[in-house]
Parts: sequence; structure tokens; C-alpha cells
Amino acid sequence: MKSLIKIWHWFDDRTGLSEIIKPLAGHLVPRGTTWMYVFGSATLVAFIIQVVTGIALATMYIPSTSQAYQSLRFITYQAWLGNFIRGLHYFGASAMILLVGIHMIRVFITAAYKFPREMNWISGVLLLGLTVLMGFTGQLLRWDQNALWSVVVGAEQAGRIPFIGDWISRFLLAGKVIGGATLSRFFAFHVFFIPALIFSVLGFHLYLVIRNGISEPPKQGQAVDPKSYRSWYENLIKTDGHPFWPDAAWRDVVFGVGVIAVIMFLAYVVGPPVIGKPPDPTNIQASPRPDWYLLWYFAVLALIPSAMENYVIVLFPLLAGLVLFFIPLLFNKGERHPYRRPWSMGAVIIIVLMIGTLWIAGVKAHWSPDFSAKPLSEKVIGASSGPVYEGAQVFYQRGCINCHNISGDGGHRGPDLTTVADRMTKDEMIIRILRGAGRMPAFGGILTPEELDNVVAFLKTRKSH
Amino acid sequence: MKLFDLNDEMGRRQFFNKLGILLSGIAGLVLALPVIGFLISPLLRKVIRDWRDVGNLDQFNIGTTVEVSFEDASPLPWSGITAKTAAWLRRVDETNFVAFSINCTHLGCPVRWLPKADLFMCPCHGGVYYKDGQVAAGPPPKPLTRYPVRIRNNRVEIRTSPLPIT
Repeated sequence: MKSLIKIWHWFDDRTGLSEIIKPLAGHLVPRGTTWMYVFGSATLVAFIIQVVTGIALATMYIPSTSQAYQSLRFITYQAWLGNFIRGLHYFGASAMILLVGIHMIRVFITAAYKFPREMNWISGVLLLGLTVLMGFTGQLLRWDQNALWSVVVGAEQAGRIPFIGDWISRFLLAGKVIGGATLSRFFAFHVFFIPALIFSVLGFHLYLVIRNGISEPPKQGQAVDPKSYRSWYENLIKTDGHPFWPDAAWRDVVFGVGVIAVIMFLAYVVGPPVIGKPPDPTNIQASPRPDWYLLWYFAVLALIPSAMENYVIVLFPLLAGLVLFFIPLLFNKGERHPYRRPWSMGAVIIIVLMIGTLWIAGVKAHWSPDFSAKPLSEKVIGASSGPVYEGAQVFYQRGCINCHNISGDGGHRGPDLTTVADRMTKDEMIIRILRGAGRMPAFGGILTPEELDNVVAFLKTRKSH
Repeated sequence: MKLFDLNDEMGRRQFFNKLGILLSGIAGLVLALPVIGFLISPLLRKVIRDWRDVGNLDQFNIGTTVEVSFEDASPLPWSGITAKTAAWLRRVDETNFVAFSINCTHLGCPVRWLPKADLFMCPCHGGVYYKDGQVAAGPPPKPLTRYPVRIRNNRVEIRTSPLPIT
């Protein structure tokens, strides 16, 4: 033991390590930093899990379009602990995205981005964007059917950018079609390029946290004045501060360990996402969906009116990024307490509710036709022969049921037709079916006159009593 | 006029300062250019377009739409299953075929043909097309993209095409 201490002293003398670490760990921070201040470090914990499990997965994953799928199946079903490591990587990613979001909302609510911490926020916005990019590129590396079509959807979205869109999408695909080079490209992005950027920006972000100090908990009436804030803050931590380690950091450790425990629990009990069908571009039995954290954006893409679509796809992410970027530059002084910033709090609530609502819509995805709909039962139809029964068959065969629900069967893209006869006359039904509507095809060129008569006869029986 | 007075210490320092920045800048640029060139090389590569045989003329019935698959023009050796592409092929009459890309013009998801309903439907955001590829409903901005198709020696051939970015 004694000799170990001696070795450490020798090492520390030659390297000066403790001269750097001790002041960093023990730097004074304001009192009253509660459990609200743990989300940044928890995001870092999740990131470390991602780095470690990611490196482990990379030792067995093959970034080749012909073999990635098999190597992932091997990792999942055969490699010892492979399923668990994949689970850790998936729930680590989920935790990172969730925590980075909560961290950002907390910083916004307490206006910690104000002077002199503007660059803390701006580097954080970059990290948020990079984290989402990691999520998207990571989902693609699963290289199953869902991943393949996600690449296409990603390239198509990039293609909407004016003038250079086509180039960018070709750059992402590494060619004019999906092929051998596509996956290698996304692998390099996910494993080298974006992580390198994250490491640099994260280092910068943490450096700024030390340089500018942790923001003190806001008090009502205590406005930030850029002229005097720095000296005031210096004085605050000198007279009433306490060392970061361990006085404040213990909460970060406890919460961080909790995060690790939850991730491990979920990885073990729930496991990673199931690998879908092979990435066969000719298999059209596919329903591509993004991972949970982008489901709300999936809903945006489905629900915006087509006329605005190009603007939304290109301008919305750009505008959201710019707004976040400029927040600290435009509002760098004044009150920090949430009670004194009603507009900002209103904006947070509205955005959280909006994303939450879109997210629920994305989970349900009612705009997608229901391809698995089965023919209606005779009990629902209420007949076993005759025009009404024939009409119900037309309703199924001609694809009405893919979008319209009747008594619990069928899609939800169009209105539920369980009681359609209550609200539409026979003539209205005929006109609607023949001419279609904004979201409904015109069936005039598809149905025979007899089929039309039958399906209308069937729909006329859909009454509430 | 002399830019730097190398006999003066301050002058020399200025010179070395500029020299250091300039040299490392040039070195960085010289290294970066080939790397960038390599990364964008897929954009510059010439697209080879080949005709691919998708079947005998009489195996397609007039008025029906079927899925056909064929190989890309110049797949990389390790492309595996992703070298394949699919198209919806419709035989309009004796001598006319139409081939549609399976990619929805909205965001590229694979559209499915519902033969009884005579409609293409997209599983992602609910785009619908008529049998001639025209938009019937939903968000797609354009009709389904068409691939060149021809008949040669009683064989139907489709020309390989880039992924339609709309």
C-alpha cells in the first residue's frame, strides 16, 4: 500500500495531474442547486454508455449491405450477452435523447442561458442536433427493412432542399441508388464523424460550464445585468458557495447511477428492438417507422397540408435550430425566474403539448391505410346474401376498408362509417364515392354501376339504431 | 516596400507568425481537398443505365399490374440483396407497358398495389394513386415516377434508373 502511494506521488509529481483535477473538482458553486441540476451530467452518463457499448458492438458488426443484417442477427441471437449489449445501446440512446431534452427544458425554464452563458446554450443546441443525428443514423445501422426505407425517406427529405437537395440526397446515399456504399457511409457518420464532433463540442460545453460557473438558482426580482453579473457571481460563490465535489456532485452521482440502473434493467427485461425483415428493396410489404423519438416528426410529415410541405420539411428544422440558436443572444439579460417570464413558460408548455400530441398521433398513425383489414363478418354486415352483403364485399375488396372503419374493423384514414347513414343521404354517398374528396380517391373509374349500387345499399344500413 | 523587416526582432516575429499560419493553412487545405473529393465522388460518378430483362411478353396479362424486380446497373460486389430494385409493371394493351417506381413521390416509401381496388397505397403517410400513377389522394406532390420500358424479341425490358428524388 505504501509503495502504491509512493508510485502515485512520483506519477503526480511528474504529470501534475492533481494540480489540474483538484481545482476542477473542488471549484466553488452556488448553494441551492437541487435535483433540477442533474440532467446535464445524466446525459453525459448516457453518452458514456453509448461510447462503451457502441465500441463493443462495433467489434462484431459488419458495415456491409450484404452482411450487416446477418451480423446483427448473430449479435442478437448467438453472441454471448449480445442481446443485452444491444439493449444497453438502444436504451442508452433513448435515455440520452430524453435527458438532453429535459436538460434543455430545465435550462430554458431557469433561463440559465442568459449572460455570460450564451455559448453554453449554443454549444448545447449543437449537441442536441448531433444527438438526434446519432439516433437517426443508429437506427439505420440496424439495416433491416425498416432501416432501408428510413434511408430512402431521409434522402427524399434532404432532396426537398432547394437547388442543392438532389446533391445532398445523393451524397447521403453515396450514389444514385441504395447500394453497397450507402451503409458504409452511414456507419462512418455514426461511428466516427458525428462522435468526433460530439466529443469536441462536449469538451467545449463542459469547459464553459467550468469557466462561467453553474448558474445560481433564480430568485424573483433578481435580474441579470451583464455589466455587474460576473463580479456579483464571483462574490456569491466566494461568500456563500460550496465545492462542486462532493457537496453538489453527489446528486449527479446518485442520479447517474440511477440512470445506469434503469438502462440496464430495461436492456435486460425489454431488450433491444426486434430486427425486422431483411433489407430487400423489392419486398414492398413494409411499413417504415422511425424510432420513438422521431415519431412526432413522422406525424408532422403526414399531417401538414401538401401545399406547405416543402417549406415545412426544409424550413421547420432550420427555423427551429435558428430560434434555439438566437434565444440567448436576443434575451441575454433580465429576470430569470420562471414566474417572471410568463411568455417563455407559455411557449415551453405549448411546445411540449404540441410535441406530445403529435407523438401520440405518430404512434397511432391513423393516416396510414390498414393493410391487414379482414373482410367484415356477417354479424357486422347484418346479411348473408343480397345487395347489402354484396356491398360489404365491395367495401372490402375495393379497398374502402383500408381507410374507413366500420364497427371496429378497418383503417382510420377516412371518417368512421359505422353510422354513416345517419349523416348522409343516398345521393350524397354516390357523389362522394364517384368523385372522391381531398383525401379520398374518386371511385368513378373503378367501381361498376352494380358495385356502386351494392356498396351504397350496404352503407345505407350503417345506422346508429 | 518591404513587408517584413527581418533584421528587427519584432519584424521577424511577425514574419514567423504569418509563415506559421499560412503554412499550416495550406497543409490543411491540401489534405482536405482529396478527402472531400473522395467523399463526393459518388456524385461525380457517371450513371450507367442498362436495360434489364424482367420477363416474357406473354407472362403479363393486359390490364394487370405486377411487381417485377431487377438488378441495378452497376452494383458493388458487396451490395448483396440491396442491388435489387423493384418496379410496378402494368400491361396497358398488346404493345404498351408502363413501369412505375415503387417509391411514393411523397417521401419514398414503397407503395403497394391493391389489385381489386385498382389503387396504389402508401403505408407511410397515406398517399394513394390510380392505376395510371396519377395521385388519387393524400400528400404525394406528383404522379408515380415512370421507368422507361420496352419490348424486344418478345421480352419486356426496364431501364435501370436513379432512385427518384422528388
